[in-house]
Amino acid sequence: MEELVEVKNLSRKYGDILAVDGLSFSLKKGEVLGFLGPNGAGKSTTMKILCGFLTPSSGTAKICGFDVVDESREARKLIGYLPENAPLYGEMTVRDFLFFVSEVRQLESSQIPSLVESAVAKTNLSKVLDQRIETLSKGFKRRVGLAQAIVHNPKVLILDEPTDGLDPNQKHEVRNLINEMASEKAIIVSTHILEEVDAVCSRVIIISNGKLVTDSTPMELRLSGKGQTVLDLRLAAGIEEKVVSLLNPISGFSSVKPIGSGLVQVSSNLSRSESILTALKIIKESGIEVKDIGFDSGQLDEVFRDLTA
Amino acid sequence: MISSNVSFSIAKRELKSYFATPIALIFLSVFLVLNGFFTFKLGGFYEQGQADLRSFFVWHPWLYLFIIPAISMRLWAEERRTGTIELLLTLPVSLEEAMLGKYLAAWAFLGLSLVLTCPIVFTVMYLGQPDMGVILSGYFGSFIMAGAFLALGCCLSACTSNQVISFVLSTFVCLVLILLGSDPVIGLFQQILPGSFVGQLVNLSFPYHFEAIQRGVINLSDIVYFLSVIVISLMVGIIVIDRKKAD
Repeated sequence: MEELVEVKNLSRKYGDILAVDGLSFSLKKGEVLGFLGPNGAGKSTTMKILCGFLTPSSGTAKICGFDVVDESREARKLIGYLPENAPLYGEMTVRDFLFFVSEVRQLESSQIPSLVESAVAKTNLSKVLDQRIETLSKGFKRRVGLAQAIVHNPKVLILDEPTDGLDPNQKHEVRNLINEMASEKAIIVSTHILEEVDAVCSRVIIISNGKLVTDSTPMELRLSGKGQTVLDLRLAAGIEEKVVSLLNPISGFSSVKPIGSGLVQVSSNLSRSESILTALKIIKESGIEVKDIGFDSGQLDEVFRDLTA
Repeated sequence: MISSNVSFSIAKRELKSYFATPIALIFLSVFLVLNGFFTFKLGGFYEQGQADLRSFFVWHPWLYLFIIPAISMRLWAEERRTGTIELLLTLPVSLEEAMLGKYLAAWAFLGLSLVLTCPIVFTVMYLGQPDMGVILSGYFGSFIMAGAFLALGCCLSACTSNQVISFVLSTFVCLVLILLGSDPVIGLFQQILPGSFVGQLVNLSFPYHFEAIQRGVINLSDIVYFLSVIVISLMVGIIVIDRKKAD
């Protein structure tokens, strides 16, 4: 399949500081790339270069074959971009703003109303269409930013921290929207929230100090982690020791210890699902009831820390 | 390759934003009140007993000195501060189109302010028989001079995200360009610089070029001067934005 985004040896300097250092990756249609890294790793800089806002110090980037420097206008026509913090013209109404973006994008004027309408429908903005943007809540503003990014049906969508600062419901909505659009576009989502990677991404790139550290899938990344799965089992009080003695011999479990009344903590080198299934199976076989299981979802966080610290 | 459609869309948005905020109302009110004050009180419109608008136009460079930076200071500084510059310039828009759109919107707004001073034309027509050609020429000169002030301000606005800095810098540069033609400054320069050089400096002064036009004499050189100030300022502004985008 054709590569929609192709980045080769991209570097960008701010004065003496190398913000992006020899970055290379490519992206096909249908892929959602999670762009991970600590703050200041060069995520935003890379995205700004892809969108033609900054020029690279060296290296090239192509969008659907168009160079972002030499054929910047063609490249930008194919990109939808949500800048960090979604800056918007606050004094405009949502409708005026979306029409403005469509006009500047020189979309066919007869099609603009229907394109705006479909972007508004996808982002659930119809209620606030005639409100001034500055009067909207943060979640709505972010959706306006998303609407302007998708109004022209771009092949490539670049979203810089699209869920940053939103409440859990709003995050969920934005992720749903990304998932809905995923099949027909190549999408790059920058984030430092790891749960987002699980929720939307089919691929993950981690950069640190401007350099590419990892290019893999969320699953592989999880497996690569030296970090352990930690299970908290809630049982009836008084039988902790029995459960500890049952689970201790299992080879994948590195430590099993009681951590309170009716609570046992298991640290395991197995994957999350494997750990849960093994522990449950053994406990059930001995006729003990497990009331609840808690697990630490911090595995990705640990991989992230290992790779970028 | 500049698409006028894109610039027009940008200009339209910009102009609308003046009226969506209190900027337009406050600016127009202050502009008209000050114009009246300068013309009738300081200019002695009635006392001169002449049916012309000399006492109206002669104050325009001074009025523009601080009222145009108020318009120009936000042109780019605000885009930079709010981050919308990133939104605007990642649309398929060239810097030239964006600059032209924003500049033309502000210039058109200044044009509107001038048009709204028309009651003074009616007044002078009521009082006597003015030479309409001279009046039209005065308006034209004032408009093109406003354009030159505005372009300078626009260029300086591109240099900073701080509107106060933008305002102060613009006012200072405009003041220099006004004072270059005044007698005390000429006198000062004559003591330290060769005569021909002083002549060249006076040539850079705005009132010097405005003087003839407001009398009804439209010299090509004056128009070329103002137009070159506009073109050069906007081009420098474009270069500045391009270089400073990363900041």
